[in-house]
Amino acid sequence: MTTTQTREAMNEQFDRRTLDWYIDKLVEIIVFISGISAIIFVVGIFVFVTMEGMGFLFDSFSFSEFFGSEYWEPSDEDAPEYGILALIAGTASVTGLAMLIAIPFSLGTAIYIAEFSTGKTREYLKVLVELLAAIPSVVWGFIGLTIMNPLIIEIFDVPVGLTVLNAGIILGLMAAPIMTSIAEDALKAVPDRYREAAEALGATRWQVIYKTVLPAAKNGLLGAILLGVGRGFGETMAVLMATGHAVNIPGSVFDSVRALTATIAAELGETAVGSEHYQVLFTIGIFLFLITFVINLTADLIVRGIKNQ
Amino acid sequence: MNKKQLTISSLLVLSMGMISAHVYARTVIQNKGSDTLVNVAQAWAEEYRNIDKNVAVAVSGGGSGTGIAALINGTVDIANASRAMKKKEIERAKKKGQNPIQHIVGYDALAVFLHKNSPINTLSFEQLKEIFGRGGKATKWSDLDVTVPGCKQDKIVVVSRQNNSGTYAYFKKAALGKKGKFRQGTLDMHGSKDVVDLVENTPCAIGYSGLAYANKHVKMACISKKTGDTCVNPSVATASDRSYPIARPLFMYTNGEPAGETKKYLDWILSDKGQCILLKKGYAPAKDVKCD
Repeated sequence: MTTTQTREAMNEQFDRRTLDWYIDKLVEIIVFISGISAIIFVVGIFVFVTMEGMGFLFDSFSFSEFFGSEYWEPSDEDAPEYGILALIAGTASVTGLAMLIAIPFSLGTAIYIAEFSTGKTREYLKVLVELLAAIPSVVWGFIGLTIMNPLIIEIFDVPVGLTVLNAGIILGLMAAPIMTSIAEDALKAVPDRYREAAEALGATRWQVIYKTVLPAAKNGLLGAILLGVGRGFGETMAVLMATGHAVNIPGSVFDSVRALTATIAAELGETAVGSEHYQVLFTIGIFLFLITFVINLTADLIVRGIKNQ
Repeated sequence: MNKKQLTISSLLVLSMGMISAHVYARTVIQNKGSDTLVNVAQAWAEEYRNIDKNVAVAVSGGGSGTGIAALINGTVDIANASRAMKKKEIERAKKKGQNPIQHIVGYDALAVFLHKNSPINTLSFEQLKEIFGRGGKATKWSDLDVTVPGCKQDKIVVVSRQNNSGTYAYFKKAALGKKGKFRQGTLDMHGSKDVVDLVENTPCAIGYSGLAYANKHVKMACISKKTGDTCVNPSVATASDRSYPIARPLFMYTNGEPAGETKKYLDWILSDKGQCILLKKGYAPAKDVKCD
């Protein structure tokens, strides 16, 4: 009897909705809204892009032409052509080359920061890498246009320097900092006892990294690479400036190409809202959205995988 | 608040009221469109301020397509365009209850630019088709029987514009024919000036742009309709008398027959004074004028 009484008294005491209780609730609601706002925005953007591109998808969309034709001539009055094969080839070639450059570069930096450097060097390096990630893409594009372009013409003796090579190098340098940070996190997540065990077995420093740390951090590193690929697909301004903007399936790294994102950026401003050209640009938007969504999701699942192990 | 502050703040409020009253008393003409025309349109708007203080002309660029789209949506009084409205655009405008009326305000010669070391002086329409057109046979300068100094690879680098520019549409129709299309792999520049800059720095390149963008570091080809015919050099004079074969009219579109201040403004643009401003910017006037 007495116990229930005290409990009731206690409940009453705790139930009292003081100012603190309201503040607590309010903060909880605000945090909840900010938390789900990301989801609302992503869904909202997807719905908007799909609605704008819908007219084309239902009217004159032909799967085989859209993905199979290399001719992109959407503004022709009589016979417009909506083939994005050359644009896909452009984006893929630039991103591919960028990854060839960025993967060894960022893995090397990450290994050095995580495994070799100590103290101040490590701190400085980390700040510098983050600084590199903060350079706006238009600045990178400008470097491609004004520095890399004459350099490529001079070194390789080609007529134009705005090529797959130019954009690939620029994009590789842009993607490397983000990949470095994530790869470094993955290496750090490998428990020290792994390293100690390997060293106890007489492994050299390189053997420790190569045989123990890298395999253990495999998933995280893969995630880092995939995020870099996602970055490459989505990058717009720098590739617009450095590729030469030519609808073309590249035969070598010295050919000019055009990226999917750059096409949207260059053409959307001058098309009449609601016209077929406008809608097809949004259809490309849907396609890009799906690709980056899948890449980022895969990367996220892989990175999550290591954390749960 | 002491007396001084009160006086100052009341003065401020009063003057702000006067400024806004002044602004609202003016008629504002919204003018938007073609990037080719934007410099001239701005010069006109500035000069017109001295003619009629009660009219302000707000000019913005964005391209012919943008201006026409704005006219269709009813958000501008005058749309500038370096190409004629397409059939579809006129249909869409009519559907929205607009009635676009075309006014020719000048002419622009599209010059074919070459690197200044290029040995080529004349080009015929047939050659332009081989160079720029889809399926054209000229991909190397040697296909045209010339060697361009500084262009060791011999490859013709074709420079074009992005596909919704009026310049692109006009050049395609005029030089490649009604059904003609550009070849794959042209470098599509975003502005007329970018084309000229690239040609200036690239010995292998050939491109086209408005005559107004010419400079002394690039060469302009003399154009003939047929190989062997006498060619015509691009200039304001040859664009005016329509002897230059790739000269295009520059348009202003209004919704319905212009009336009121818009009519006065358009009449002034077509007057000697307005046309001389256009001439000074490197375009050919729509009629014979004498300028000092």
